[in-house]
Amino acid sequence: MSAGITTSRLRWAIADGLAVTGRNLRHWVRQPQLLVFSTIQPVMFVVLFVYVFGSAITVPGFTYQNYIIPGVLVQSVAFGSNQTAIGLAVDLSGGMIDRFRSLPMARSAVLFGRTLSDLVRNLFVVLLMTATGYLVGFRFTGSPLGAAGAILIVVGLGYALSWIYSFVGLAVRNAESAQAASFVVTFPLVFASSAFVPLEGMPGWLQAFAQQTPITHTVDAARALASGLPATRPLLFALAWILGILAVFIPLSVSRFRRAL
Amino acid sequence: MRPAIVVERLQKSYGPTHALGGIDLEVAEGTILGLLGPNGAGKTTAVRILTTLLDPDGGRAEVLGLDVVRDAAALRSQIGLAGQYAAVDGQLTGRENLRLVGRLYHLRAAEAARRADELIERFELAEAADRPAKTYSGGMRRRLDLAASLVNNPPVLFLDEPTTGLDPRGRIGLWDVISQLVKGGTTVLLTTQYLEEADRLADRIAVIDAGRIIAEGTVDELKTTVGGTVLEVRVADQAQAPDALRALAALGQGEPQRAGENGLLSLPTTASVALVVEAARTFDAAGIAVADLALRRPTLDDVFLTLTSHASTAAPQTAAPPLH
Repeated sequence: MSAGITTSRLRWAIADGLAVTGRNLRHWVRQPQLLVFSTIQPVMFVVLFVYVFGSAITVPGFTYQNYIIPGVLVQSVAFGSNQTAIGLAVDLSGGMIDRFRSLPMARSAVLFGRTLSDLVRNLFVVLLMTATGYLVGFRFTGSPLGAAGAILIVVGLGYALSWIYSFVGLAVRNAESAQAASFVVTFPLVFASSAFVPLEGMPGWLQAFAQQTPITHTVDAARALASGLPATRPLLFALAWILGILAVFIPLSVSRFRRAL
Repeated sequence: MRPAIVVERLQKSYGPTHALGGIDLEVAEGTILGLLGPNGAGKTTAVRILTTLLDPDGGRAEVLGLDVVRDAAALRSQIGLAGQYAAVDGQLTGRENLRLVGRLYHLRAAEAARRADELIERFELAEAADRPAKTYSGGMRRRLDLAASLVNNPPVLFLDEPTTGLDPRGRIGLWDVISQLVKGGTTVLLTTQYLEEADRLADRIAVIDAGRIIAEGTVDELKTTVGGTVLEVRVADQAQAPDALRALAALGQGEPQRAGENGLLSLPTTASVALVVEAARTFDAAGIAVADLALRRPTLDDVFLTLTSHASTAAPQTAAPPLH
């Protein structure tokens, strides 16, 4: 009996989350400027990084395209996930969250809907960038499974970061602050990582920090998977980070949402 | 019969500010209560607590016998909320907005679509139904917001300043819609800072100021408490105003006052029409030419200004006892 109630509650929570996801994705499609620029930007990044930085970096064992594209994918997802904070802050200040909270829907649905639609958007961007990468010389040289794994681990990190940003968005409550706050956090994490240059060139203290971040582990994992190199170690670290972030920030964000704002 | 809404000693503070200082309210089923007060009086806080968006610090509130804190989840399927900020999604069309809300009330897709069509028809949004809501006028947005709050046919509806910011036409249009709702048996708690709106829509009015209910009753009861009636006299020749004042004072009802620069005099009174006749005779005998002579009831503006100025100078408890 109580198991039946739990199942039906879970079913409704999923249905509610999907309804909100659909609503968010409509927003994306309804704003052609947003669609155009969020498409141009990643393409631009791939081309610039490959031609500007790529030629200056030589890493043994990689073409520079194969070295840098996984890094560019991760930086794009890392910066893009602040859209979660911005989207929630806009819904909060515009009264939509009040509307949702007055409805008999699952308390988690707004956040799952938001992060899920951002996951779809991230996946689109990553696939688009990978396709662009192919035009400028990037190649998956490992197995097809490795290629899929590389894409998934990048998108997975984006999903975890979205949950951090959903907490940020609920806390700061306005889009400008959300954007500013996320930049301060994301920028050092992305640049003090293996995304663009090998860690070996950094000063020791920075290396020590950069080696531990989820960005570095994810970039290393994606790079190894894409090029058919041994990926187990960075992959495990990246997965641990992703699951750890989700375990902390899903309950934190949901309780923040549930609590009277 | 049990009231649809019961509020007892409800309190809410933000830091040192008492947004609600322990209010009591009752709304009978199928009636409209107008919660009337200036900005910052606590109206929105009260609505947010009653619609489960905010937890109270003290006291309790029940809607349809469901506690707003303990039974919040069950309560949400019984209430509708339309807010002053018109929480509709500007990127979605009117129809999509209503369908989304329907889905979130757990209606089946076909049912949600049918309900959306019905509400679009009823709120005269048919022409705009498939345009993004951000292209709507203020009045249309409010109608859509109100329609969204009705998707689930809630027996109790909360309207937080539903017409704030609307032009007069939009306001009158929305009033008609709200009046019709109540004819259908819906219980409504309406907050407003427009006295005319409360007068027009509400069965009973609670006046709230600085987090306290300072008066409560029917529109007529409130008007009577404040001052019974007012005898207004406009003298034809302003030079005769002092004579007219003396004549009014001689009626033995109280102290007459100049109510304006244009020869308008007023005398608060509890007397009836007979006084008008007597005043007319007195003026006639004294040779004072009168342009206008009328007995009028105080407006809600008189009520509101009297009550709120009272409340800020006197202790709130003694300012005006609730009428029951």
